Amino acid sequence: MKTSGIFLLSGNEAIAYGAWESDISVCTGYPGTPSTEILETITSKYPDIYTEWSVNEKVALEVGIGASLAGARTLVTMKHVGLNVAADPLFTASYIGVKGGLVVVAADDPAMHSSQNEQDSRHYAVAAKLPMLEPSDSQEAKDYLKEAILLSEEYDTPVLLRTTTRISHSKALVKQGVREASTIAKGFVRNVQKYVMIPAFARKRHIEVEKRLRQLGQAANGLRMNRMELRDPALGFVTSGICYSYVRDAFPNASFLKLGLVYPFPDGLIREFYTQVKNIYVVEELDPHIEFHIRSLGFTTHGKDVLPNAGEFDPDIIRKAVTKEPPAKGVSIPIDISSRPPSLCPGCPHRKIFTTLNKLGVYVTGDIGCYTLGVLPPYSAMDTCVDMGASITIAQGIEIAEGKNHKHNFVAVIGDSTFAHSGITGLLNAAYNQRNTLVIILDNGTTAMTGMQPNPLSGETIRRTPTISLDYQKLSEAIGIPNEQFKIVDAYNENEIDDAITSLLGKKKLSLLIVKGLCIILQKRKKRADHV
Amino acid sequence: MSKITNILMVGVGGQGILLASDIISLAAMYAGHDVKKSEIHGMSQRGGSVFSHIRFGEKVYSPVMPEQGANILVSLEEMETLRWLSYVNHDTKIVFTKTRINPANVTEYPEHIEQVIKKHFKNSIMIDPSQISETTGSAKYLNTVILGLVSTYLDFGNEAWQHAIRENVPQGTYELNMAAFTIGKNTVL
Repeated sequence: MKTSGIFLLSGNEAIAYGAWESDISVCTGYPGTPSTEILETITSKYPDIYTEWSVNEKVALEVGIGASLAGARTLVTMKHVGLNVAADPLFTASYIGVKGGLVVVAADDPAMHSSQNEQDSRHYAVAAKLPMLEPSDSQEAKDYLKEAILLSEEYDTPVLLRTTTRISHSKALVKQGVREASTIAKGFVRNVQKYVMIPAFARKRHIEVEKRLRQLGQAANGLRMNRMELRDPALGFVTSGICYSYVRDAFPNASFLKLGLVYPFPDGLIREFYTQVKNIYVVEELDPHIEFHIRSLGFTTHGKDVLPNAGEFDPDIIRKAVTKEPPAKGVSIPIDISSRPPSLCPGCPHRKIFTTLNKLGVYVTGDIGCYTLGVLPPYSAMDTCVDMGASITIAQGIEIAEGKNHKHNFVAVIGDSTFAHSGITGLLNAAYNQRNTLVIILDNGTTAMTGMQPNPLSGETIRRTPTISLDYQKLSEAIGIPNEQFKIVDAYNENEIDDAITSLLGKKKLSLLIVKGLCIILQKRKKRADHV
Repeated sequence: MSKITNILMVGVGGQGILLASDIISLAAMYAGHDVKKSEIHGMSQRGGSVFSHIRFGEKVYSPVMPEQGANILVSLEEMETLRWLSYVNHDTKIVFTKTRINPANVTEYPEHIEQVIKKHFKNSIMIDPSQISETTGSAKYLNTVILGLVSTYLDFGNEAWQHAIRENVPQGTYELNMAAFTIGKNTVL
C-alpha cells in the first residue's frame, strides 16, 4: 500500500509517538480527560519508557522535575485543571530550569465536554514565564513535542505543550519521523545555586528567567512553527491550535499568521503581518490571550468583538462571525426527541448509595468522578462539586459557618482515586481541626471516569504489576478516627448502607464509611476474561 | 478547494461507533486520501449520545464538518438519527438502524421516525438488526455489515477495506468480519 510510514493517530497518540521519537525516558501524569491516552499509549506501545500514574498532578510534576535534573528527557501530562494542582512546582521549576528536556502537557477542554470549568491554560505560560507550544493537528502534536524537548534543553526551561479536546481526541495522518537519541548524561549533579531556591539564589535565577524570556521572544520570529501565509491582502487571521484548521477550512484564500509558539510572542512577525494585511481577525478559543498582546503593540484588530469567550469554535461559527451571514436553514423534522444526558451505568455499584442519600434527605458535598452524576435525576443527591477533594473540605466550612445551628445532616462523597489525589489531606484537616463530618468513600477499584486507570487503592501499577493498596482502616486509625466511627460496607447491600449512614450520622463525629463495589465495566471485563 | 467527503456516524455509548469510524477512516487513508476524524470521549459519553465526524479528500483541515455538510449519515440508533439534523441536507444519504435504546428515565420512545426520514431524505436505508442476525447468524457483526453497505457509497477499493478491518478486529475474527462486510456490500436495496 502507498501509505507505509503514515499512521492515523489521535493527538494524544501522536504525542506518545513523539515521546518515543524524542527519546523521552520518563513520563508521569494523573488521568484527566482529554489528556489520559498519552500515558496509556506510551505504556502499551513503548515498554522501555518509564511511565507512572502519580498520586496527583503536583506529585507528577515534581517527580518529573527530579527526573529531568537527573538527565532524563521527561514528559508530564495532565488536564487543564490538573495544572492548577501542579502550579506550585511549575512556577519554581521555571527558575530552576532543566537538565534533560522537560515538557508539561496541559490539555484544555473548551466546551467542558468532561470538566468543571473552561479555564485557558495559556495564562500559566505568561504567569510562570514559560514557553508554550500549541499544535493544530496530530502531525504537529508529534512534531511540537519534539521541538518542545529541544527548546527546553536549548533554553534551560520547562516547556508547556497545550492541547485542546479537539486536538487530543481527533485523529489525523502522522508521518513517521526520525528518532533522535538524547546525548545528555544521566545522573544528578549538585548545583546548589540553581536547584535550591532560597531567596538569595532565587533572586539571581529570576533575572535569568527574564533574560530567557526575552531571548525566546526574539527567537520566536524565526521559528518554523510561527509562520506567515500571505494570500488575500484584504483578509487575514492570527490564530493557533485547532482554530487554525477551522479558519483554513472556512477561509482557504485568506492570509494567516499561524502561531505554533503561543508564548512568548513573535513581535516582529506580528508587526509585519499587520503592516501587510488589512482587516485582520484574531481567532482563539476561550480568552483573548493573543489579541491582548497584539493590542498592547498598538494595533487595532478584530477578535473577541465578534467571537465568544466561551465554548468551542468550529468552521461555521468563525465563518458566520466574519461574514455576518444569517444562520443557514437546515432540514427540520416534526418529531421531538428527548435528550440523552450521561448517567451512571446500569449495574453501577454506586447507584444505591445515591438512592439512599436522596431518601435520607441529607445534604451531599460531592467530588470529581463518574459519581458526580449523582446530582442528576433520578438520584438528585448532590449539593456541591468544586474540585478534586473538595467534598471533604467544603463540608467542614459549612459546619464551621453554621456553628451551633449545624444539624449534622451533611455527608461528603468522594471516589477512591480522588481520595488518594486530594482527599487524604482534607480528611487529616477534619481530624486535626476537630470537625464532625461523615465522609463516604465510593471505592470502585479504579479511576473509572477517565477509563479504568489503577490508583493507590487498586493494588496495581500502570503496567498492572502488583503494588501496595492503601489500608483505609489503618489510615483512619492513624488520624484518630476511632473504630466505632469507621465502617466498610458492600455497595450492593442497600440495608447495610442505610444502617451505616444512619448510625454514623447519629454519632455526630468525624466518621469514615467505605462503600466497596467493583466498577461494573471492570466486572464485565473480568467475566469476559474468565470465559476465554 | 478540493472536494471533501463528510461522513457522520452517530449512536449511543457502547454501540461501537468509535471502532466503526476508525475502520472507515483507515480505509480512506489506505485508499490514498487525507483523513481527519473527530469525536469526544469522557463524561458526556456515559450512556449519552456519541458521534464521530469522518472527513477525507485531497487535503482536510478541520476535523469537524460544516453544518449541512454530511454526505452520509450512519446512525446505529433510531432516535439518534434525528439528533444531528444541523449537519445533514436533503441530499444526505442516510443509513439508520432500527435499534431502539431508551435514554435513562425515558419510557416513551418516539414513533414514526422511519416514515419521517423516508419522507425527508430521498436516499435513506433502514437496517433491521434482527434480519441481519438471521442472515449472519449473530448480532455481533451488525456494524461490519453496515460498513459493507456504506462501502458501496465510497470508492476505496476492497484492499483498503481489508487492511482497515484486519487492523481493528480481534484476532481470529477477520474472516467472519469480512464475510459480514460482504453481506453488507451485497445487500440489495
